[in-house]
Amino acid sequence: MSNPQQLRYSKEHEWLSVAEDGVSTVGITEFAANALGDVVYAQLPEVGTTVEAGETCGELESTKSVSDLYSPVSGEVTEINEDVVSDPSLVNSAPFEGGWLFKVRVTEEPADLLSADEYAAHTAG
Amino acid sequence: MSSTEPLRHTALDAVHRSLGATMTDFAGWDMPLRYGSERDEHLAVRTKAGLFDLSHMGEITVTGPGAAALLNYALVGNIASVGVGRARYTMICQADGGILDDLIVYRLAETEYMVVANASNAQVVLDALTERAAGFDAEVRDDRDAYALIAVQGPESPGILKSLTDADLDGLKYYAGLPGTVAGVPALIARTGYTGEDGFELFVRPEHAVELWQALTKAGEGAGLVPCGLSCRDTLRLEAGMPLYGHELTTSLTPFDAGLGRVVKFEKEGDFVGREALTEAAARAEQNPPRVLVGLVAEGRRVPRAGYAVVAGGAVIGEVTSGAPSPTLGKPIAMAYVDAAHAAPGAEGVGVDVRGSHEPYEVVALPFYRRQK
Repeated sequence: MSNPQQLRYSKEHEWLSVAEDGVSTVGITEFAANALGDVVYAQLPEVGTTVEAGETCGELESTKSVSDLYSPVSGEVTEINEDVVSDPSLVNSAPFEGGWLFKVRVTEEPADLLSADEYAAHTAG
Repeated sequence: MSSTEPLRHTALDAVHRSLGATMTDFAGWDMPLRYGSERDEHLAVRTKAGLFDLSHMGEITVTGPGAAALLNYALVGNIASVGVGRARYTMICQADGGILDDLIVYRLAETEYMVVANASNAQVVLDALTERAAGFDAEVRDDRDAYALIAVQGPESPGILKSLTDADLDGLKYYAGLPGTVAGVPALIARTGYTGEDGFELFVRPEHAVELWQALTKAGEGAGLVPCGLSCRDTLRLEAGMPLYGHELTTSLTPFDAGLGRVVKFEKEGDFVGREALTEAAARAEQNPPRVLVGLVAEGRRVPRAGYAVVAGGAVIGEVTSGAPSPTLGKPIAMAYVDAAHAAPGAEGVGVDVRGSHEPYEVVALPFYRRQK
């Protein structure tokens, strides 16, 4: 699997897009989606709420388990992906595209986000 | 399972890896959890066919002139009455009536039975049978390494199997087994399964497993057969309302507590382990109904998991034993033990505490799914 070069990654397997007008898109990686199995329920943060880098902000439920969703950055949630709420399988079929989870107006970004290559090395272990 | 024990691998291990399976530690075995989407695998078994490696199951052979008498003493069912070529669902209990395991017993010959135990309990069952065999003219043999077990399940499975065997599959009834040849490989062909569909379980020598798997894969190509992992096996059995040891069945429950008192045959001849305690358990269940195993169907999308509390009117009235999103119903479902007062289908105000939030659930009779015959 290939991780898009233009994205940055958290060790908790979220990806973060380059900000446009201060707003970045967040999703989970293909690696994470494969590890979860079929996602059947996505509880996403509410629009207008503040998320903190490294803190849980929702959950993803698959056939076998429930996993916390962590925000890779701090900021205010500006939009959530309603398509994923109604069809969580998008997280599996298009984790880097139609399966994005939420958008956030970034106020603070941790220094330890990974590049695509660093993330690939992180998941290879 | 102790983490110091190395994982055991089935004879099909390399096949699973070449198919890109996601593997999981199940009762000390490295088993396929899923190959692709577990939902697709589930639906394939419901509508076409699925191929499973179940070689982790524990086979124990009991032979000798006293084999029937031993099993009648060691197990709660009337095993002596099982005809040659037939199988029986039964249980092995402790002296206090607690369930040690649920089993399928195949009568292979007048004086030969094969007992199939859950992987997690195989050693416990083997030890108990060995101990209980004292004084009987019978031998208990650990045959776990003598068999690989491949299952073909789903409505297309008879057609797929027919193309590979001359055995009389039409004459092979549900819960029957006969020796035969499949794809040139000697096999015990059993019409059993754990999916709620028609299907077969094929017990073969481990060195024949890859050959048989590949022949079945090829024969099933046009019929939509797909390899299936343990994840969909769990959702299939849950929809079919079938209990799983460690979830619906434990040593702290008797068969009567589990709503499966019918497997206990008091009328059989002679004593059996647990008879006294089970007689009391049956009377207790009559006078003071224990919690009842029911089905729950979610109104929302959150999945109840094993161990979650079932609530009504702010009080805990039961506990979820198994829960999963149901591919067939398109909603989360669960099995749960609930107080008898709340166990009737349609009981009002029943919910599950899903990590702090009380989600509404409908109480339904089991099973969730029954195949059209």
